[in-house]
Amino acid sequence: MEAGTVIGSSVERKEAWDKVTGVAKYTDDFIVPGILHAKLLTSPYAHAVIKSIDAAQAIKSPGVKAIITGSDFPILCGVVLEDHPPVATDKVRYFGEPVAIVVANSEREAMHAVKLIKVAYEPLPVVGSVGDAVKSHAPLIHENLAAYKHAVKGIYPEPNTNIADRISIRKGNMPEGWALSEVVAEAVFKLPKSDHIAMETRNARAEIHADGEVLISTSSQSPYSVKKMLSQYFSIDEGKVNVKTPLVGGGFGGKSPVQLELLAYMASKSVGGRLVKIANSREEDIVTSPCKLGLEARIKLGASRSGLLKAAEMTFLVDTGAYADIGPRLAKSIAIDCTGPYNIDNVWCDSLCVYTNHPYSTSFRSFGHVSYTFCIERAIDKLAKMLGMDPLEFRLRNALGPGQTTPTQVKTTLSNLGNLTACLKKLKHDIKWYEGAVIEAGNGKIRAKGISCLWKTSDSPTDSVSGIFLTFNTDGSINLNSGVVEIGPGMKTTLAQILAEKMKMDLSRIHIKLEVDTQVSPEHWKTVASMTTFMAGRATLRAAEDLMKQLRSLAALVMRCPPEDLDIAEEKVFLKQDPTIYVAFKDLVHGYKYPNGNAVEGQILGRGSFIMSHITQLDKETGKGKPGPAWTVGAQAVEVEFDKTELTYRILKACTVLDAGKVINPKTARGLITGGMSMGLGMGSREAFQYDSEGRVLNTSLRTYKVMHIGEEPEYIVDFVETPQIDAPYGARGISEHGIIGMPAALANALSAASGAELDELPITPEYIWKIKGGQA
Amino acid sequence: MIPFNFDYYRPDTLEEATRAYRELDSRSLEPVYYSGGSEIISMARVHNIYTKAVIDLKAIPECNVLEFREDRLFIGSSVTLSRISEENPYPLLSKACSRIADHTMQCRITIGGNLGGTIIYREASLPLLLSDCEVIVTSSGSLSRVPLAEVFRERLLLPRGEFIVQFVIRKEYAAVPYVHVKKTRNEKIDYPLVSVAALKKDGRIRLALSGVCPFPFRSADIEDRLNDMNDSWGIRIDKALEYLPAPILNDISGSNGYRKFVLKNTLLNTLRTLEAMH
Amino acid sequence: MLKIEGKSIIQLDINGEIRETPVHPSDVLLYTLREELGLTGAKPGCENGDCGACTVLVDGWPVKACLMLSVEAIGHKITTVEGLNNATIQKAFVENWGFQCGYCTSGFLMVCHSLAYNHPNADEYVMEEWLQSNICRCTSYEEIRKAVNSVLMPASKG
Repeated sequence: MEAGTVIGSSVERKEAWDKVTGVAKYTDDFIVPGILHAKLLTSPYAHAVIKSIDAAQAIKSPGVKAIITGSDFPILCGVVLEDHPPVATDKVRYFGEPVAIVVANSEREAMHAVKLIKVAYEPLPVVGSVGDAVKSHAPLIHENLAAYKHAVKGIYPEPNTNIADRISIRKGNMPEGWALSEVVAEAVFKLPKSDHIAMETRNARAEIHADGEVLISTSSQSPYSVKKMLSQYFSIDEGKVNVKTPLVGGGFGGKSPVQLELLAYMASKSVGGRLVKIANSREEDIVTSPCKLGLEARIKLGASRSGLLKAAEMTFLVDTGAYADIGPRLAKSIAIDCTGPYNIDNVWCDSLCVYTNHPYSTSFRSFGHVSYTFCIERAIDKLAKMLGMDPLEFRLRNALGPGQTTPTQVKTTLSNLGNLTACLKKLKHDIKWYEGAVIEAGNGKIRAKGISCLWKTSDSPTDSVSGIFLTFNTDGSINLNSGVVEIGPGMKTTLAQILAEKMKMDLSRIHIKLEVDTQVSPEHWKTVASMTTFMAGRATLRAAEDLMKQLRSLAALVMRCPPEDLDIAEEKVFLKQDPTIYVAFKDLVHGYKYPNGNAVEGQILGRGSFIMSHITQLDKETGKGKPGPAWTVGAQAVEVEFDKTELTYRILKACTVLDAGKVINPKTARGLITGGMSMGLGMGSREAFQYDSEGRVLNTSLRTYKVMHIGEEPEYIVDFVETPQIDAPYGARGISEHGIIGMPAALANALSAASGAELDELPITPEYIWKIKGGQA
Repeated sequence: MIPFNFDYYRPDTLEEATRAYRELDSRSLEPVYYSGGSEIISMARVHNIYTKAVIDLKAIPECNVLEFREDRLFIGSSVTLSRISEENPYPLLSKACSRIADHTMQCRITIGGNLGGTIIYREASLPLLLSDCEVIVTSSGSLSRVPLAEVFRERLLLPRGEFIVQFVIRKEYAAVPYVHVKKTRNEKIDYPLVSVAALKKDGRIRLALSGVCPFPFRSADIEDRLNDMNDSWGIRIDKALEYLPAPILNDISGSNGYRKFVLKNTLLNTLRTLEAMH
Repeated sequence: MLKIEGKSIIQLDINGEIRETPVHPSDVLLYTLREELGLTGAKPGCENGDCGACTVLVDGWPVKACLMLSVEAIGHKITTVEGLNNATIQKAFVENWGFQCGYCTSGFLMVCHSLAYNHPNADEYVMEEWLQSNICRCTSYEEIRKAVNSVLMPASKG
């Protein structure tokens, strides 16, 4: 790769060959003789009082070192609301909740002993949906809701209800909006919980040294949160907790909460600090560890006869499951972007975070956006249909543009928003919209297209940080050290690209440390929210500036010229007016040595730090405030072939046009977007938790919980618009999550058009279409 | 990880196998015959099966034959599903085998294991039931040959310690017109909502089903209705469905109502396709 | 008759060499490969035969190592991703962006490698049938399809 052309090039990820040779190591690949194994006993009930736990027989079982129950560590955890005992204490609130931990010499002995623990339960009425949960007199899942400590500001649990938080958006004047609305569409939508299904199940290890140092290794997107939370919950000096994360086998948000790390610590603590590992089985990864939120929504949209959106009223009930985890922030994330990227002056939205007796929810790719987008985009299609307007034209007419405002009343600019109109126009061409949305294909088949717009901003904490350290090798090559976790999107390679471009040097001369060690790597808040390129990229640019300043200053001394006469490229500091006069990096970076042996300056060390600026909390009454630095907008389409008799379908094409700001690595960008689209099509067509009448999840294995397989993928079309985000590295916007956002909606719009049925629930299985169409044999 | 220990025996002869079973059984080691093993291992992991001894039948030569002898096809019970589809001696059976689990699993699952397992679908049985297959079974120290239908009704009904050595099918079935359709919830690789195997022999339709009821079956009553030339296809199917041997399955793969819808569509397509074949 | 009673030392033929390893007869091959032999390229993804991340080759055919006993492998040739020696499929996966997190990659590589050996002319249908045994959660499969097609030579392609 030639220096200075690396941004915009499809460079291979740095760890590519490690990943095709089996050399790449993930947390559980470090085989340590003598490691102890922790296994969980989990709840067979969705809601029950724990009457007693009898571990007498289990503790005597061969190889067993310790058995831990909730009362051994009576703490409450939670990243927003501290409502969650790591091991259930007085009652269980979901099927699969940890009730006891067995620590044994071998996995086999631990598994055997788990079965010997006897727990007496007294079942309680199960709250099986958010709709039921918000009814008055619904059974309470958290009786002490009012007493829970708030881990953050701006959260409003409603005592003696199942409502953990409520976010309100009040923009404009609703009576005025409805008065201007000549056509109104209203509908309710339901989306089930589903799971991340990262191929590597969550797992963690803990060891406590004699001096009190706690060593954790974990498959996590948030090693720095692990450190802070362990320190806080167990009163350990933060500097004594060190967390290591090697390569991670997929995250999708599911590895950003802290769960198994706490259990591993508790397990190690109970065996005198010995090294203990805990690894989820797939079944545990699906139900015991947190999943994707469920959602029920009521949307009412109004427009003028001429097709301009005038008013939106929406209620979202986020199914956070048994514990709040990040659920209140998911409800907030939905609220801040609730309208989709459309210009609506009058908006009323209540987004509630609601407890149920389902497995608990955490962040999932797009942080709630894929879920509410399904609702709003289905409603948009319904309204377009009532208006007799082409759904794409209707979206074009209402696309949010510069100088307008978002639901939280942020004024939009081309830089902070991007260009949705350009995306829609490209989409129209790429998906061949002119063919028509519905075409008879013969043989009892119909081909149909559906579209969806998308947008997303980050909703990260207002003080999120990222840092970069750069060191030189004596040959002039650079080592890049960042707290970003390599979970799959190749972010460390992206950072290396940003650095190579800035330093105008060869990418192969930049070495990255893939593993994160919180003691060594500067903090990167969390590897989430598609914010890595923005935050760590900005930190990288600053670290590069820091290096270049030092290089110029030392070279000026050596070359006896003012620093401003010097430029840097190809690992040289050279005279602008005569580039043949230069000093090579290798002669500067570990101190410059004069011919007589005198040396000056030492190693050149670069540092770069970044913190979010101008982000605000939302006003409690109106929701007014700035949630994130900028948005990424896009438009998507799906084309299906629908069998009118069997009500089955194939997905033929799926298209995304995204305003990426700047595409840093085209093949990687395409892969991230199609990967998100694939996951979105899975969510749209098949993925859902299924429960029995007692709230137990029935499909806890990959044999019954189905994800997309090869051969089911459509032809993918990915296209970009590049409207730079001025404050982002090379103008690049976040893109890692966005492929998923509009896919279920576009699929549902296509299938609703094809089947003539209003498909307002997910997933859209042939059986669901059959049911909506009357359910006749 | 299997949460308990057991011992492993891999006999080289039929005699060794049955003797090992008797002996281990007499020592209360709860022996199980083991073939592809996938079901035993996955059930053991979740504590749904327990044994102290497994007897792996895969090294016994008789259990591994796959050959035509005169007018018969002999298939050893340890022959894998993938070997059947690769060598393709009986196309309807190959087709059925290639739709059980996934391809990598087909390299392990054996035809004997598919019929003898506890998973209710046992889809490899359908082509065997349609072709009046016989089986050679170990029987108190000797071998006997009996119609499959005698020892396989809904599930394998062999006495303790006995196992199927070979399946024997008349060669002519390799050449009859056939249709095989498997319908699932929406993934190609899944348990069936409906699996239909059908063939035409001597002008008569034969049909067997899996996924509809809690067991695979072939029904003379249903075949009589489907062969009643006086009725239209739709009526024949409606009448046939009155003779289902058990209520239609109702589970997370599909409700009974939806399964019935799929079954009717599938039967109609199957029978029309078969009719067009000669 | 082969008898393995209680914990025993067995010999396995892995990646072209004979390796001695202790086993319990109820150990699955995935466990022995990873925990006893340090061959961690095969990954646990479900331990139920549903995801394919632990796929290895037994006598050249793909097998999910989570559903095979280690003792069953006695007398057979095992190949793991560590035994792929610059196979064309490895390069094809790198060049076609056939992975992101890399966790499913070993399993996919083994299936593709076996397919290319056993059916070098496999068409799209056969290729899909084989690869549907595995799950990738990061990519859309588009990249994996390109990678495997680049090492297959369907008759129609000539």
